Amino acid sequence: MTHETHDSCAHCDRHHELVVENLDVRYRAVRALEDVSFSTSCGSCVALIGPNGAGKSTLLKAIAGLLPLENGRILWRGSRVGKWSREIAYLPQREDVDWKFPITVRGVVRMGRYPNVGWWRPFSKADDAAVDKALEVMGLMELENRQISQLSGGQQQRVFLARAIAQEAHAFLLDEPFTGLDRTSKAALATLLRDLASEGRLVVASHHDLDTVKDIYDEVLLLKRRKIASGPVSAIFTEANLNKAFGSLAGVGRGVA
Amino acid sequence: MIDWLLEPLRHEFNQRALLAALMIGLTNGYASAFVVLKKSALKVGSLSHALLPGIAVAILVAGFQDWSVFLGALFAALLIGLGSLAVSRGSRIDQDSALAILYTAAFSGGIILLRRLQVAQEMDEWLFGNIMGMRDADLWTNFWISLGALGLLTALHRPLLMSLFDAEVAATLGVPVRFLNYLLLAILIVVLISSLQAVGCMLALGLLVTPAATIYLLTDSTNTLFWGGSLLGGISAASAVFIGWWLNLEQGPTIVLLLGAIFLLAFVFSPKYGLIRHLVSKPTNSTTNIQ
Repeated sequence: MTHETHDSCAHCDRHHELVVENLDVRYRAVRALEDVSFSTSCGSCVALIGPNGAGKSTLLKAIAGLLPLENGRILWRGSRVGKWSREIAYLPQREDVDWKFPITVRGVVRMGRYPNVGWWRPFSKADDAAVDKALEVMGLMELENRQISQLSGGQQQRVFLARAIAQEAHAFLLDEPFTGLDRTSKAALATLLRDLASEGRLVVASHHDLDTVKDIYDEVLLLKRRKIASGPVSAIFTEANLNKAFGSLAGVGRGVA
Repeated sequence: MIDWLLEPLRHEFNQRALLAALMIGLTNGYASAFVVLKKSALKVGSLSHALLPGIAVAILVAGFQDWSVFLGALFAALLIGLGSLAVSRGSRIDQDSALAILYTAAFSGGIILLRRLQVAQEMDEWLFGNIMGMRDADLWTNFWISLGALGLLTALHRPLLMSLFDAEVAATLGVPVRFLNYLLLAILIVVLISSLQAVGCMLALGLLVTPAATIYLLTDSTNTLFWGGSLLGGISAASAVFIGWWLNLEQGPTIVLLLGAIFLLAFVFSPKYGLIRHLVSKPTNSTTNIQ
């Protein structure tokens, strides 16, 4: 991308937009997403809501550049998202990660500097400083030499966030970040995501706890292979829309905290 | 005492064996860290068996020459690796099953064919190696493969580790994951071929898994895993040459047996991840096991 690099656009007048247009994605014969269009801009905290298999993870991966698009396009700051962009960080589900991997907290965060250092280049002072800063912002300085399995769920999620910050990413794509966290960690993570958005970053997260949506997010995209609705939480997160996405089970889903 | 220790080195074939063992041990030990982190021991094992029929066909077609054996082995491993991919993509059979079907069939063909070819090597040598019979050409092949494999693996250390840790995240950071995957597999196949003469295609897998798997039980540091695996591989292989000589055991199998014994020790006694530690601290561990 040709844009100048910066990790937050709180200082900009103009907002950077993420635009998804008529997106079709399929896995072999199975259509995972059909004609999905929506747009949002940085400074927002967007919840992806929908039943299992609705295509939430698929949409996140598509925006991250991990999946081939069958139709449609994804624009970030006006240009097409390629296979990858330093400005877009992808944070996988915790259960998809090999926590036994022999790597420390700092080691994971250092990976965020890969777009800068490439295959061989040693870390510069600026790279090390970016890693330090990310660890500090996420409150991980004391834990930097821990092997990653020796962390709580909330700390593990923060390690991913720290890597994305070290990457100087502008858009954060998170797959079910709250799953499996205890109540305190959930509250802390919610605050962190709110902070990232208020600093001018874009946060998009798949989310399945319908009770907490209003407290964490300001926009919502309801998805069930096709888009059901998208926009501000107050306007879109309604009983009628939820029924469309979840069918008659919406009430049951809400009861489960 | 010193005389007795150095006595084996008075024989040239032992000097060669020691040199080969050191090179093979160091290289395989280093590469084994990738096999362990990639959790692909089964796949690499299948490919090591695929080397045999490749060699048989190469000898049949081009006669017994260093280059024909090398190319035949390489070609067969690639063919079976890619073939299993094709079968798994084109049908409902998973890749592990496809690999098992292809390599056992090819291996059987290789055995039948090799028994009927007029070559000096005994069947045992193909299967279990003959480190006492290292020729100059074998040593040089080992040297160049070791140099190339260690060089490439070290140079690509950073992106390789990233794609092994989390392929998707690595891809979103610009790591060419798919390319590195194929490259790593190609390097592992070549490393397997390099230990063929010393330990044979049945035992080559042991050298390419056990060293780092042992260190994996002892450390959480990736650097220790790589260099520790390399050192353990080199030292074990070199020691086995002496032990084999003194006890009159076949040296190739002694290498792998020694590595297995050291692994067992680590498995039981590792202060952090050993069996004893695990049994003693069971109550606290049970919650992490569920996850």
